[in-house]
Amino acid sequence: MARVNFEGVSKAFDGALAVDDLHLDVHDGELLVLLGPSGCGKTTVLRMVAGLEDPTAGTVSIGDVIVNDVEPKDRDVAMVFQSYALYPHMTLRRNIEFPLRQQKVPAAERARRVDEAAGTLGLGDLLDRKPGQLSGGQRQRVALARAIVRDPQVFLMDEPLSNLDATLRIQTRADIVSLQRRLGTTTIYVTHDQVEAMTMGHRIAVMRDGRLQQVAAPQDLYERPANTFVASFLGSPGMNLVPASVDGAVVTVDGTRVELPAGPAVAAGPVTVGVRPEAASLAPEGIAATVVLVEQLGAEAHVICALVDGTRVVVRQENRAARPDLGDAVAIRVDPAQLLLFDADTGARLELGR
Amino acid sequence: MSALRSRRHREWGLAYLLLAPALLVFAVFTFYPFLRNFKLALYQNPPYPGLPAHYVGLHQVGSVLASTSFHQSLVSTLLYVVMVVPVGLIGGLLLAVAAHKAIRGMAWFRLIFSSTVVTSVAVAAVVFGTLMDPVVGLLPWLGINPHPAILENPTWALPAVSLIAVWQFLGLSFVIMTAGLQSLPDEVLEAARLDGAGGWTMFWRVTVPLLSPTLFFGLVVGTIYAFQSFGQIDILIGPQNSQFTHTDVLLYSVYQALSIQDNPGVAAVLSIVLFTILLVFTLVQLRFLERRVTYAGN
Ligand SMILES: Nc1ncnc2c1ncn2[C@@H]1O[C@H](COP(=O)(O)OP(=O)(O)OP(=O)(O)O)[C@@H](O)[C@H]1O
Ligand SMILES: [Mg+2]
Repeated sequence: MARVNFEGVSKAFDGALAVDDLHLDVHDGELLVLLGPSGCGKTTVLRMVAGLEDPTAGTVSIGDVIVNDVEPKDRDVAMVFQSYALYPHMTLRRNIEFPLRQQKVPAAERARRVDEAAGTLGLGDLLDRKPGQLSGGQRQRVALARAIVRDPQVFLMDEPLSNLDATLRIQTRADIVSLQRRLGTTTIYVTHDQVEAMTMGHRIAVMRDGRLQQVAAPQDLYERPANTFVASFLGSPGMNLVPASVDGAVVTVDGTRVELPAGPAVAAGPVTVGVRPEAASLAPEGIAATVVLVEQLGAEAHVICALVDGTRVVVRQENRAARPDLGDAVAIRVDPAQLLLFDADTGARLELGR
Repeated sequence: MSALRSRRHREWGLAYLLLAPALLVFAVFTFYPFLRNFKLALYQNPPYPGLPAHYVGLHQVGSVLASTSFHQSLVSTLLYVVMVVPVGLIGGLLLAVAAHKAIRGMAWFRLIFSSTVVTSVAVAAVVFGTLMDPVVGLLPWLGINPHPAILENPTWALPAVSLIAVWQFLGLSFVIMTAGLQSLPDEVLEAARLDGAGGWTMFWRVTVPLLSPTLFFGLVVGTIYAFQSFGQIDILIGPQNSQFTHTDVLLYSVYQALSIQDNPGVAAVLSIVLFTILLVFTLVQLRFLERRVTYAGN
């Protein structure tokens, strides 16, 4: 087991920065989720840990050893690729034991460890098949088995669930989490799915355009996002962001005054107000809006409203609430205790005095 | 219904119309000579050219197949193929692996390695002929003077001629192998690197198996290429010496029978034999290819 540390790591491809000055410490035994939109540099970060890509600047260390100049095969990390990257010409047994053969593990122990890994992932009956004869979910589990059989210092997983259907995805998600908790192996898990991130990670690192935005435990990230990007990226749907103005502890949204428990330490002026869909409700009085769309989700519904200036606000309704119709004029009430304020220019969250 | 059918008819009509020029060329220059060849094989030519050939049925086929010159030619052909194809394939693979690196200037190496494909057989034969010349060639320069000279030597003439074919096939083989390497899934190779595979294991356990469809393709192409060698032999050895130096591979004996001995009947029999061997060989290889080197669903 080992921690993984990034010290000012950057990676440029043809002059364009894919990863920009990354400082990040992945704790020993932790499952850290790397979350961000497509192209933000997640895979590049993983590949630099694996040694498949050399950093342009900075140092990567695994277990307090700087590995910038260490060959991939000597880093003792196992990677699960997005495409699975199984060896198509080998049976599953051969696939899973391939890393052990390279380590010259004796045949008897090899067989024992392969059987154990295959058993853990429910592949016991399939060991004589070839990858071509498996479903996507089974291949996925073979890729995981090939990683865990090695008992490496670090697991690297690059969107391993992205090719699975919804049911299988939820099941495999749980499998990976329980496996990781049981083995206690330091894991960096890449995804652009925020539900996966929230449910799997001890902590989540959010990236955007090669820059780290925030690292925090899932609930902290959800409740106290560092900026508007993190706020809108997490949650489904994400946080509503509405232009407003603040003066002391009073926020004015579209002419409606909302009194906060405590105000931010900034001069009066424009701000961006953040409201989670569950912190907003339809009420007899509040911010005037028009219903644009109602999404029924079974247990709940999302009512999408447009404010007078056109800003969209999503309101989450419990099942029993009466559903408005399209085009209805409604009023939105927000819970002052759950409001967040962001700087109107930089998007950074403003601390509210307690 | 009938509107649909008439439209389909019109489409077929158009298809045949568009195919017609190509079909015509094939019919005149391939299909007709191909069929005519079978007829030629049934007629024996008299020893004096100019007299009419007469029908002998399968008699001529039997006598050609039983002749020692045919057997010698068959042995030469097989030796030749065995010398050209494996060396060409393995050489091409090694060059391709060596050049499959993202190093500046590698494009020039690729250009040089693949250049033998576009060199004409005649030019290659003349250059190699000079190198093998008993007076001004490479060996005398090194102080080695074999007797008789290489290209007149029953033991060395065939390997010498096959060397040129290897050299030429190397370029094609390199191009095929490079294309194969470039289409390999990068992540599988990277996974193997992370799993601890060193260069040797990587090559034998991962690259070569993944490349097996390409290798088989190269084997088929190379074999057909080797069976069709002609220019090297004609330029370096010529018909007078080829019987003596055992370089009369099948295709060359067809040419000898037709142009030197003026005997279309025998040439026809030999060419049918050549055709049959290549056909059987290709079918066997394709069957093998289907069975052994496809990975369903990958
Ligand atoms: N080999 C490469 N050559 C050039 N540019 C690259 C290379 N690999 C990645 N990039 C660029 O670096 C940026 C980050 O890529 P990366 O693959 O790390 O994104 P990602 O966050 O994994 O995205 P996704 O979620 O789509 O997989 C992208 O703009 C990409 O175009
Ligand atoms: Mg990626």
